[in-house]
Amino acid sequence: MAKTKTNTEDYLRMYRQMVRIRTFEDNANQLYLSAKMPGLTHMYSGEEAVAVGICEALTDDDRITSTHRGHGHCVAKGANFKEMFCELLGKEEGYCRGKGGSMHIADQSHGNLGANAIVGGSMGIATGSALRAKLLGQTDVTVCFFGDGATAQGLLYEVMNMAALWHLPVIYACENNGYSEYTKTEEIAAGSITARAEAFGIEAFKVDGQDVLAVNELTQTLVARCRKGEGPFFIELETYRYHGHHVGDINREYYRSKDEEKDWKENRDPIVRFRAWLVDQGIATEDEIEAMNAEIEADATKAVAYAEAAKYPDVSEVNMHVYAD
Amino acid sequence: MREITLSQAVNEAIAEEMRRDPTVFIMGEDVAEAGTPFKVLSGLVEEFGTTRVIDTPISEPGFVGLAVGAAMTGARPIVDLMFGDFIYLVMDQLCNQAAKQHYMSGGKLKVPMVLRTNMGATRRSAAQHSQSLQALVAHIPGLKVAMPSSAYEAKGLMKTAIRDNNPVVIFEDKLMYQDKAPVPEEEYLIPFGVANIKREGTDITFIATSSMVQVAEKAADILAKEGISAEVIDPRTIVPLDEATLIESVRKTSRAIVIDEGHQSYGVTAEIASRLNEKAFYHLDAPVLRMGAMDVPVPFSPALEDVTVPTPETVAANARKLCAGEMIDAA
Repeated sequence: MAKTKTNTEDYLRMYRQMVRIRTFEDNANQLYLSAKMPGLTHMYSGEEAVAVGICEALTDDDRITSTHRGHGHCVAKGANFKEMFCELLGKEEGYCRGKGGSMHIADQSHGNLGANAIVGGSMGIATGSALRAKLLGQTDVTVCFFGDGATAQGLLYEVMNMAALWHLPVIYACENNGYSEYTKTEEIAAGSITARAEAFGIEAFKVDGQDVLAVNELTQTLVARCRKGEGPFFIELETYRYHGHHVGDINREYYRSKDEEKDWKENRDPIVRFRAWLVDQGIATEDEIEAMNAEIEADATKAVAYAEAAKYPDVSEVNMHVYAD
Repeated sequence: MREITLSQAVNEAIAEEMRRDPTVFIMGEDVAEAGTPFKVLSGLVEEFGTTRVIDTPISEPGFVGLAVGAAMTGARPIVDLMFGDFIYLVMDQLCNQAAKQHYMSGGKLKVPMVLRTNMGATRRSAAQHSQSLQALVAHIPGLKVAMPSSAYEAKGLMKTAIRDNNPVVIFEDKLMYQDKAPVPEEEYLIPFGVANIKREGTDITFIATSSMVQVAEKAADILAKEGISAEVIDPRTIVPLDEATLIESVRKTSRAIVIDEGHQSYGVTAEIASRLNEKAFYHLDAPVLRMGAMDVPVPFSPALEDVTVPTPETVAANARKLCAGEMIDAA
């Protein structure tokens, strides 16, 4: 963990946001298991330090693009539980009026350009957002989240080439959770992932994605450099996905062992680690942390109940929003 | 009125909109100093510089993706796709990303971008540089599709497309770039979804897109000499489609041929013909006929290529049969 700092509010907010993500996902998983959620979803649990470490280095003007595993990014970029659970259940008050669901969830008002159900599908959007910033003389930075699996998409190399040629303010954040759906990353990725970015002359970094302070510190530096016109950058964040590829991926021993999952959960959990650090540094007491956890759990319970009781959109909305006025 | 080429008309439309709105920019392969292989964009880089007239690498999915992101965040990009055949390369960005963002976000995100590309066979360019793929994108909700049939149409539709808050695909017929037409000096826009009745007639309606409008008009000339009066309608945009004008015409004439240069099967002609059958059936004296490009990859040899697309003669021949109550040997 990084050295002691004095901005305790930031640390407590980072902790809170990580717990909010974990809590959101636990509740979403329960909704799925109890057959209350239509469709399926992909859990972010285990990767919280990545979304929070990065998004805490951004302002509301900065943009992100998210992935099919997007609940974490959505929470970290400032979304509320109520509208998120409503979206998950396809309700009218959801962020996308129930038209997006889990795989397109986003609070657009905080600069989230959407979760994307095509693996690697948002790399063009993120880079285009950065091109717009440069073209219109705006100072915001765009972060493109994607997984290790998406590094196999050709689009990444097309857009990194252009981002590097034109010095665009974009940060490519590769969440390497070790698995491309149901396949080990080492079976789908030849050579080094960061070297691919470096081939375009993009500075690339590898960071422990379970260490929220390390992620945050690196991102702050890179965001500041992007604003000065020194972008783009590439970060590979080593992390781990506690659940399967999706919520229904229960029996997964054919691709990874229970021992491996246990090891990550017991020894590298980003929340457990950060909590211990907060206590050790005297930033928060165990009691204060327990109280915070309970408050978040209560918020989630309330939001789930609200969403369950909320209205579905009127059927007349089915052909609304096909075209903008 | 002055006459300018379709190429000049597109150039003027883009230049005027770039002067009017600093968020408009254009990107694509060889759009700057080269001005595209068809020279449509010549001169723009001199006026607007390389920050707004951007040469890209040969990375169609990449730069179309960039346009989507720029459009979602406040710019109005125009993407130049050098040949319509390259649409296959950008289908995810266009159809999964651009077309769906507004809907998937419950109306919160918008994608005001224009993808300008071309279509049209008989340029001896063979199977991968000759296709007319408007049906592919017209099939996808969320995209608008414009098909200008002259320099006048090209300018007015392009300006409307740039100001539209949705992704718009414009297909220019690459054989028409040098065709001249009267184009006013003063500004004008052509609204989407308003068909243009090019020529009034009473016996049969030709609904034709892009360069097929010229084909239909020539067929009408031939038929006029034989006492058959053909109405020619240009829908201008196939999405949105001005169904009302088409139906009204067919109710009057009771016969129709739909002509479009895309492949005939599952195509634009099939869609329009089907709508006429559903909504004007009891006014019809003959089946609505589709005339598209043959369902073959476009061949290179002139001897083969020329028979793959509708011509004034083939349109007139089919019209004669319809008016005589004869059966058509339709594909």
